[in-house]
Amino acid sequence: MTASDTWDPSQPILEIENLSISFFTRLHEIPAVMDFSCTVMPGEAMGLVGESGCGKSTVALAVMRELGKTGRIVSGSMKFKGRDLALMNNEELRHIRGSEIAMIYQEPMASLNPAMKVGAQLAEVPMLHSGMSKADAWALARQIVADVRLPDPDRIINAYPHQLSGGQQQRIVIAMALMAKPALLILDEPTTALDVTVEAGIVDLVKELGRKYGTSMLFISHNLGLVMDVCGRICVMYSGEAVETGSVTEVFDKMRHPYTQALFRSIPLPGADKNARPLISIPGNFPLPHERPRGCNFGPRCDYFEKGRCDETDVPMAHVPGGDRHDSRCLRWSEIDWAAPPAKREVKQKARIGEVVLKMDDLRKYYSVSGGAFGGGTKKVVKANETLSFEAREGETLAIVGESGCGKSTFAKVLMGLETATSGSIMLFDENVQSTPIQKRNTDTVSQVQMVFQNPFDTLNPSMTVGRQIIRALEVFRFGASDADRRKRMLELLDLVKLPRAFAERMPRQLSGGQKQRVGIARAFAGGAKVVVADEPVSALDVSVQAAVTDLLMDIQRENKTTLLFISHDLSIVRYLSDRVMVMYLGHVVEMGTTDQVFAPPYHPYTEALLSAVPIADTRVERKRIVLEGDIPSAMNPPPGCPFQTRCHWKSRVTPAGLCDREVPPVQMLEGGHQIKCHLSREVLATMEPVIKIAAE
Amino acid sequence: MDTLTWTGTAGRVLLPALQVASIALAVALVAKLLFVLARLDGPRLPGPDGTTTARSPGDLASLAIRYSFFAALAAIFFMLVAGAVMPSPVGAGILGAMAIRFWPVWLALSVTFVVSVRFRRKLGLYGKLFDSTVGMIGFAIVMFWVFTAIFADVIITHDPFIQLSGLKNKPPGIAAPDSPYGWYLLGGDLLARDVFSRMVMGAREVLKIAPAATMFAFMVGITLGLPAGYFGGRLDAFISFLANLVLAFPVILLFYLLVTPEIRVTGIPVVLAALLFIFPIVFLTVLWNSRFHTDPMKRNRYVGVTLVLGLWAYSGLAFNMDPLGIWSMQPNMLNVFVSVVFVNSPGVFRIVRGLAMDIKTRDYVAAGQTRGESPWYIMLWEILPNARGPLIVDFCLRIGYTTILLGTLGFFGLGVSPDSPDWGSTIDDGRKLLNLFPHPALAPALALMSLVLGLNLLADGLREESLKD
Amino acid sequence: MGLFVLRRLGVMLLTALALTFVVFYLTNLQPNLEKLARTEGSVRMTDQAVQDWIAQNGHSGSVFARYGQWLGIVPGWTYTDEKGQTRGRCFEIGQDAASAPSHCGLLQGNWGFSTFFKKPVAESLVGKLAATGWLMLAVMLVMVPSSLLLGVLSGMREGSATDRTLSTFSIASTATPEYVSGVILVALLATAATGISPILAEYGLIEPKKTLFLASATSAMDDITFWNFSLPVLTIALYGIGYIARMTRASMTEVMTQQYIRTARLKGVPFRTVVMRHALRNALIAPFTVIMLQFPWLLNGVVIVESLFNYKGFGWTLVQAASNNDIPLLLACSVVAVVVVLLTQLISDIGYVFLNPRIRLT
Repeated sequence: MTASDTWDPSQPILEIENLSISFFTRLHEIPAVMDFSCTVMPGEAMGLVGESGCGKSTVALAVMRELGKTGRIVSGSMKFKGRDLALMNNEELRHIRGSEIAMIYQEPMASLNPAMKVGAQLAEVPMLHSGMSKADAWALARQIVADVRLPDPDRIINAYPHQLSGGQQQRIVIAMALMAKPALLILDEPTTALDVTVEAGIVDLVKELGRKYGTSMLFISHNLGLVMDVCGRICVMYSGEAVETGSVTEVFDKMRHPYTQALFRSIPLPGADKNARPLISIPGNFPLPHERPRGCNFGPRCDYFEKGRCDETDVPMAHVPGGDRHDSRCLRWSEIDWAAPPAKREVKQKARIGEVVLKMDDLRKYYSVSGGAFGGGTKKVVKANETLSFEAREGETLAIVGESGCGKSTFAKVLMGLETATSGSIMLFDENVQSTPIQKRNTDTVSQVQMVFQNPFDTLNPSMTVGRQIIRALEVFRFGASDADRRKRMLELLDLVKLPRAFAERMPRQLSGGQKQRVGIARAFAGGAKVVVADEPVSALDVSVQAAVTDLLMDIQRENKTTLLFISHDLSIVRYLSDRVMVMYLGHVVEMGTTDQVFAPPYHPYTEALLSAVPIADTRVERKRIVLEGDIPSAMNPPPGCPFQTRCHWKSRVTPAGLCDREVPPVQMLEGGHQIKCHLSREVLATMEPVIKIAAE
Repeated sequence: MDTLTWTGTAGRVLLPALQVASIALAVALVAKLLFVLARLDGPRLPGPDGTTTARSPGDLASLAIRYSFFAALAAIFFMLVAGAVMPSPVGAGILGAMAIRFWPVWLALSVTFVVSVRFRRKLGLYGKLFDSTVGMIGFAIVMFWVFTAIFADVIITHDPFIQLSGLKNKPPGIAAPDSPYGWYLLGGDLLARDVFSRMVMGAREVLKIAPAATMFAFMVGITLGLPAGYFGGRLDAFISFLANLVLAFPVILLFYLLVTPEIRVTGIPVVLAALLFIFPIVFLTVLWNSRFHTDPMKRNRYVGVTLVLGLWAYSGLAFNMDPLGIWSMQPNMLNVFVSVVFVNSPGVFRIVRGLAMDIKTRDYVAAGQTRGESPWYIMLWEILPNARGPLIVDFCLRIGYTTILLGTLGFFGLGVSPDSPDWGSTIDDGRKLLNLFPHPALAPALALMSLVLGLNLLADGLREESLKD
Repeated sequence: MGLFVLRRLGVMLLTALALTFVVFYLTNLQPNLEKLARTEGSVRMTDQAVQDWIAQNGHSGSVFARYGQWLGIVPGWTYTDEKGQTRGRCFEIGQDAASAPSHCGLLQGNWGFSTFFKKPVAESLVGKLAATGWLMLAVMLVMVPSSLLLGVLSGMREGSATDRTLSTFSIASTATPEYVSGVILVALLATAATGISPILAEYGLIEPKKTLFLASATSAMDDITFWNFSLPVLTIALYGIGYIARMTRASMTEVMTQQYIRTARLKGVPFRTVVMRHALRNALIAPFTVIMLQFPWLLNGVVIVESLFNYKGFGWTLVQAASNNDIPLLLACSVVAVVVVLLTQLISDIGYVFLNPRIRLT
């Protein structure tokens, strides 16, 4: 009945050949994937990497034959254990889905049925595919839940999804995929929605389970570092095509496609520096499906582009000799000098750091919320920010690092005046604005503190032209005497963020994510802002665009001597651009110092875990693995004593024992103004080893 | 003169054709249902090698449904066309004769459609409507009635109030020898008036009030809903409580309390009008002020014009004290109008409040706050324009609902003059002898139904198209 | 949970008080009272006599005090005329004023005396309510299953032929208010002049000049039959069916695009089971609320249909009370209507919480 009876285990599990997929609208055919081939051997983990819109998720859904009403496989074959999935009828597919091929999704909360108990959703799989009895299936569910290392499996299988945290939900989704012991597991950005420290746990689990059950994996991600962690082989996609494929070490170290190279040059790896070794962004924009160029899709953005050759014919996959199944879709791969250093890296002057412009002293922000779902009940106090003290100087970049619930957004709101602080002071150019809401601040103060927002698709008003939105900011900041003045200034601002002036008349929906973010930056600097809070300004952008937007922000900062408060959870980018770093956890600043101090021992135990959790796409880097137990506690219900004590690895080294459970640690001042909020003694702190080691070249 | 037949001379051929098509349609529908139940209704998917599988019986039934439906439609269409080219109503039949009477409507409709389809790419959401079949049908029906209301004076065959002796409750197509036109196309009513002309005039009565009342309800709902949703807290709790209060009343009870001759004596409708009619003025004033407060000259110009025009209309409409005598409203009309606005506003309020609560979490709202915009600017210029899609859809639905409400009022004889030709009262007049002479009630009933149906289809089309963005 | 219900009940009580006060105020306007004086006294009363009548029958004074009397929290009025005879809210002439209860309003079970039916309000209303109860029951039995079925079937596969057919039907039925569908149904099924009755009579299936269904439901007051009850029930149900079906469809289509439905499909769950086990429960949460909140509109339908089909129930009574200026009866009708509406709102709130584990278990 099943394919496995006739299938030879030395053959590929999944063999995709020349697959093309299109989506059909009423008028057009939109090709999403063209001429895609890849092979997954038993037990192998294949990473599928690319920017959003490159077609990597479409490939995954095609393997599941789940392309919706409009998507269709136009040509090619997908052989799973030797049988072509594209030719299967619904009934055959149903037997394969869930039992032989299982999928893990990006949004764990949305992937679980809110009205069914977790156990029922898990038990459904074996009941359906192997006709297991209900009791057996539930028993199996309990066992698998324990396998994915969830605490208290009996409680969990009787819970509803919303009663679990994000990390737990993702473990349940993984458990569900494993219920029928599938031969192939497809993971579509399984950790994107999770915090880094939680992500590390999930990644470990996936790797271990892959080994334990011998499952083959198709791992889809935009994060090169994550792919390096999980996979043995990689396939890089660009604009619907696979451009390079091979083993991870070969592709990372001996890449043979210009896009792969450009990608690596645009991500902040250890050693990159915003002044000495700035990132190189990929010029131009990702082509839309119906605007793909002739010949090589990457041609218009490629440094090695040769007119009359690269834009003539479709480029086939070429085998790169010497490697293990290493292919590249480039006509010139053998002509390019891959070892040559990038040409146009311009070294920039380090900005001078000036006077203190912003000083926070012992700032606290407490919210009171009513407990219970039905209103009423007791009032609870959420301590969003606790005793926050720091200062920021002119021209300085201060990074604020932390995961969800750490209080960084609340901090931004208080600084902007959208909320007022409970106590403490905020000195902004010698003016205390702690209890002044934005309505009462004068125009000068308001225009000098501005913000760049996270989500590019949300940052601009969709029903107003780009120019109008910038002009409005100028109007509010009382810039210029006439409409003509303001219009002129608006065009200059567009120049400043390197957007064509014609964009003034465009609606936001006609812009790409990166372009919208540039407009957001222009708007923030409209009033000559002196302090800019950038709330994860690039985290929603693709890597190649990230570099460009980051650099733009840095350039403007250098010119205007702006103080930049850069909120982020991405330590790579923080390390790349910030002068000083402040690490927050559950409302507390746990560590603060210059970038070098924070990224080198001694660490706060949380910083150490955070550093170890961030995947780095560099084969030379060795990381110490520290995987934190459990999830971040809710800010509504923080643990007593040290906020980090529930997950801390160093807790046993604190004397006297139990101190962490009782008392909030004091701030220890180490040399050079390096602050750590921890009970560990200086001696113990001194024994810490660096998390990241770069092997000598 | 003879009594007219329904289809005239063309009907001799087309009527049997219509019958055959209708029967085929019915058979095909039943067959389709059976096939679906018997699971013989596989979808027809092309195989991966490009070949197509054989049609399933269910698929064939669908085809049959489609063709018989088009055949029936064609028969009706030709009947109307044939009627319209016949020289006299006798040859044209009742349907044909009515088709001729509606000539200005056909003309206006074709102009509208040709122009709109031609320039649809430049017309935003309105233009996109012409990409959706459902939306186009709805729009056509709605515009049919709008043009009917506009050209009613040309379309009617008789004065809607005139009574011709001997034509009381006479069936459709009856000859009216004493009149210049010669026939009562849709028969005579209880008081021997022409049902057709009254139906046409009724469209004007309904379309005079329904869109305007809905517009006012939107002004009230938006002006209250935005702050309730944006600020939340006590303000929201209080306004929501009031809104729920009104919504908890069965509408008819409210109408029986609010639309009576007694209440007009007390002046309560005027108080309500004074309260409700101030909202558009407040809305516009705040709208201009929040936008142009940075440029006082411009602000004063806009706000000034709004206040002068607004207060002028306000004094006339609410208090009947327009010094120039241009703006005024009959007391019973005012009573009906105010009540309908009052009943509709809480519904709009709820929708706007929900939308405001959703949109206020967006980053561009936060961006507005961080540059120190006033709350009203954020509500009116950042939130409201981005809520327009659902609001336009609801506006269409609500005009339909208002039409139904006005019909209800007429049906219970509330607030309308006794011989008014509006559809609700004509249905009420007709229902007393419904099982003997159904035609006087049926004509306005079908008219009202088609208008509301058109509005609902239009709303559906708009919703579909606005979601595609 | 208990606290939640308690709070809801509190708000409900407040709403009920506010609503009944509004009704009381609007029914006891001066012109209404003058009209009442003229119908109860004589048509040719002088204006002065009218004012006296109003004052002597407890209709003067502050509206709050009168509202309090009607509720039964303020002592009832008394009036002693020139002859020394005392009457009052709680007793007639000749009865002993001292032994009569001081309060007699709603709380004491005194709903007043209907001037239209010439008997106590409570007595005249009970029978009518029962009649309407049967009507509502039948409507619910027809409306709820058919609308849910229609909605689920069309929402299951959005854009399919089934969906489009059923959606067109739903839209058409929401566009047809009761007074229109009633007229159309009668014209089709219940007149000897048009529709199918003449055709059936021609074939001898029914007697000539008789109709298939009855256009009047008066006989259903005593004996409900299929032929006299179908049309009123269908008329009310039709409007609701379209509305609820559209809500169900919207909810169903939304659920069907959710990721957990895709998860279920990609687990290999057959389509039928996906719909029945994974989609249905989530999709029915919203329509449940809608069905409950349909009650104010159902009451409307009842009033229209009972007038149209001459079925002497609650709706018919309301119309009579309103058009005959029967203040106590109209007040009582309003109380019933308001209580029904608020109760259904409460049920809908609680039901929503129970159906939705996301809210129930946080």
